[in-house]
This record gives sequence, C-alpha cells and structure tokens, in this order.
Amino acid sequence: MSDLSWIDAAITGARPQAVAALLRYFRNLETAEEAFQEACLRALQKWPVNGPPRDPAAWLILVGRNFALDEARKRSKQQALPDEEVLSDTGDAEAAMADRLDSEDYRDDVLRLLFVCCHPDLPATQQIALALRIVSGLSVQEIARAFLVGEAAMEQRITRAKRRISQADVPFETPGAVERAERLSTVAAMIYLLFNEGYSASGGELHIREPLCEEAIRLSRLLLRLFRGNPEILGLNALLLLQHARAPARLDAEQNIVLMDDQDRRLWRRELIAEAFALLDKAVRLQQPGPYQIQAAIAAVHARAPRSEDTNWHEIDRLYALLETIQPSPVVTLNRAVAVMKCDGPEAALAMVEPLEPALSSYFHFHGLRGGLLMQLNRNDEARVAFDKAISLANTAAEAAHIRTHLDKLAAEGKKRQAH
Amino acid sequence: MLYAVICYNSEAVVGAWSKEKDDAVMAHHQGVLAKFAAKGKLGPVARLMPTTTATTVRTGREMIVLDGPFAETKEQMLGFYLFDCETLDEVIAAARELVHEPGCMEIRPVQFFEPGALKNAAAGK
Repeated sequence: MSDLSWIDAAITGARPQAVAALLRYFRNLETAEEAFQEACLRALQKWPVNGPPRDPAAWLILVGRNFALDEARKRSKQQALPDEEVLSDTGDAEAAMADRLDSEDYRDDVLRLLFVCCHPDLPATQQIALALRIVSGLSVQEIARAFLVGEAAMEQRITRAKRRISQADVPFETPGAVERAERLSTVAAMIYLLFNEGYSASGGELHIREPLCEEAIRLSRLLLRLFRGNPEILGLNALLLLQHARAPARLDAEQNIVLMDDQDRRLWRRELIAEAFALLDKAVRLQQPGPYQIQAAIAAVHARAPRSEDTNWHEIDRLYALLETIQPSPVVTLNRAVAVMKCDGPEAALAMVEPLEPALSSYFHFHGLRGGLLMQLNRNDEARVAFDKAISLANTAAEAAHIRTHLDKLAAEGKKRQAH
Repeated sequence: MLYAVICYNSEAVVGAWSKEKDDAVMAHHQGVLAKFAAKGKLGPVARLMPTTTATTVRTGREMIVLDGPFAETKEQMLGFYLFDCETLDEVIAAARELVHEPGCMEIRPVQFFEPGALKNAAAGK
C-alpha cells in the first residue's frame, strides 16, 4: 500500500473518541493528549506494515493507555497512579474495547471532552479554539490561520485556555439525564458558534471560512451519531447543512456578497440539502420543536423554493413568530422583519424594526436592514445615515462593500433628481 | 447469478473526508461502474445517506418505530428494497407492511442513485 492517506483519515476519524476515553482514564487533559500523540506515532509505524486495525479508535485507546501507564509507573516515585478503581474498567483485548465503544460510557466520554472545552470562564472564541485543537486535532497553525491571527498569539491563547480548564473541576461522574441534556445544549451552542465564525467571519478580509464550517458540521454529525434520537441535535445538523449548502453561491468571483434573493440556486449543494431534509423529517416525527429545528425549518423553506420569488414568506413569518415565542431575542425579531417586508411591505417591517434600536444599535445587520427599508420608502436621507452607520459597524470588507453599493445607488438617484 | 456488493466503512472516517476526497472516491467508483455498465453487467447503484438519517421499524410482540439505524450485530442483512415515497411516513408505512415475521427493516434515504440496466435480471441464472 503506497498511499498512506488512509492512516491520516483513520486517525482523524478516531480522534474524538480516543482522546475522550483517555481523558476518562487519566482525568487529565495533558496526559490524555500525550498518550494519544504517542499512540498516533506508533500507528504510523505499525499500520503501514500490518494494515488497518479492525477498530482504529480501540487500537489507539489501548496503545495510548498502555503508554501513559508505563510513563506513570516510571514516575510513580514522584507521582501517584490514579486509583486502581479508575483503571480497573479497562479491558485488554482490542475486540472487547471495540465492543464497548458503542456503549453509553463512551458516548458520555465524547460529550464530556466537548463539554470541558465549553468552560463558562472561557470566552467563546477560546472555547472554539480549544475544541478545534483538542477534539478535532487541528494544528495551532491551522487554527491561527482560520482565525486570522498569528501562530504565537493562538498558541498562547490555547495554552491559557488549557491552563484554565486544568484548574477547573472536570465533571467525571456519569451525568444524569438532566445534566446530560444541559451538557448537550452547551456543546451544541459551541458548535453553532464555531459554524457562525466560519459562515460570517467576525473580522478580516475573508467573509466565509469554509474549513470552520466543515469542522462544525463534522462535530455536529459526531454528536448526532452519539445522540441519534435528540430532536435539537437533528435540528442543529440540518441547520448547519442547509446554511453550508448555499456557500458556493454566497460570494461572486470578486468576493462580493450575493444576497439570497440574487443567488444562483443551481450552485447550492443539493446533496447537503437532501440530507438536511431527511434529518428534519426525523425531527418532526419526534414532535418536540426547539430553536435549532425551527431555524432549520426556516432554512428549509428557502431551500425548497426553486426561485427566490417562489419562497413561501408567510411560512417563514409563521416560523419566526414561533421562534420569537420560545426564544425571544431582538435578532430573531429583526429577521422576522425581513419576512414581514416580503409579506406586508416595507412600512410594516420598519414598524417592527424601529423599536429594536436600543437593543441593536451596534449591530451591523440592524442598520443595514433599516437603511434598506428606508430606501424602499424613498426616505433617502435617513437611509444614507443608516447605511453610513452600518459601514462603520461592518465585520468584514465584503459586508462594507455590500452596503457601499446601496450608497452608490442612492447617490446616483440623487444626481438624476438634480439633473431633472 | 445476480450479486449484491455491499459497501462498509466507518462513518467517523468517511464523514471526516474533505469534499475533494469524497469527490475523488466517487469518481473512482464511477469509473469502475462505467466499465461494467458498458458490458451490460450493472444494475441499480445507490449510496445511502449517513446512519444518522435512519429510522428502523422493528416487530416482535408489537411493532415499534425507532429513530435510529439498525444496530443489532446478531442479525444479518438479507436484502433490500427501493421505494420512491413522498414522505418519511409513507415509507414507514410500507416497511410496517413488509415486516411480517419478527424482524426489522431499516429505512435509509438514498444520497446517490444510478438505475443501471441489466439485460438478464432473473436471479439464479
């Protein structure tokens, strides 16, 4: 076998489960990571010769665990081993290990590993960076590039975050049902944040960072494989797939933003949309609506329309109204205003938007939408002020450029009027 | 003789493939399939969506519908059907009718489908 890329793929696929199990054994993130690294090194030596193991995750866990135990024994004079009780539930055979990888313990292991990254003391961007490093196994260089910061700065950020969680109590007991649900929702929120960081970058030149979106989808699929019947995780998966499906149409060749109305829908990734529909079908049968499912349902309405003029805006308005009742937020109302604009016109939408000013005065999209509505109502001076404000709050060059096209349109109209 | 060739792999691994890698794998498969299609030796081909999209209908004493894939290593795959249904409920209803003896049917949406064309479709020849 000359092409060894399968080893890379197998290790990447096995990583979350393997690191999570090692974390349970050793109750220390650093030891778990070290053990995993060593197991990977050995895999690179053994697998090309012996071929792929039956279950790469089980192999890596066993080898990593044995390595770390040896290390601990070597240091046992200085450092106590973990309690025998902690280590006693470790089987010897790879097959036995592989069998247990399907059990609930391991499911909770991976959830715990993700949950540890979501420590409430850590700012959101550090949670994301940590999850990318520890769970996904991206290199510091890759993460730094994704966040458009220097490698040294990212290294420091991740080290600091790791120190933070090593001092915190990691919850090692098996969670109860309520606790498990809480952990799931915290982790889901982190994955959603990670996706959004890629979907609409919060700084810099690049407007979309696909690798972050893809990583978020990979993590949400992992979570869904572990918690298959969870309606909100189904919803989160569907939502991310539907949003990501539009990526090829969201920017033109010059990297300018193309709004959904103007996107070439033939570029949308149909295979992702089909998968999302299948997941939503399952979620609907469970009859426990939640915010991710509703947002996915909204994205699905767009995905179902062959042309933008076929969009069922009344359905979108209805779904946003539902979202407003179960998760009220000014941003949700702002989004609903777009549906109201399509159904009832700009005046009704503006009436919905204006009261949001105190809450959203420093939100780019608020001023962008408000300017757009004022422009439709021919209140051009006010529109110009709103657009100027939006530009000053733009997160990326593409966002600013998009608003500038509106301002140019207003300027051209002004000139035309003067000429007459 | 008609043969079914069934593809197995770890979803954790396949799910971690980049789009380029996935496209390359599909292109390789298409190349092989084209060769056999040209000789009239290829029947329907389907790539299924991930098991996360699966629903299972199982019958024992009573019929139950589960929100997950079939996951019982003690049972073996015996065959499969392709249905073209409008909704998940419709195909669940079909599976319910099919599960006559105690056993189970897993429902998995199809991601890629190629109808193929076999000249001699009779099994056992």
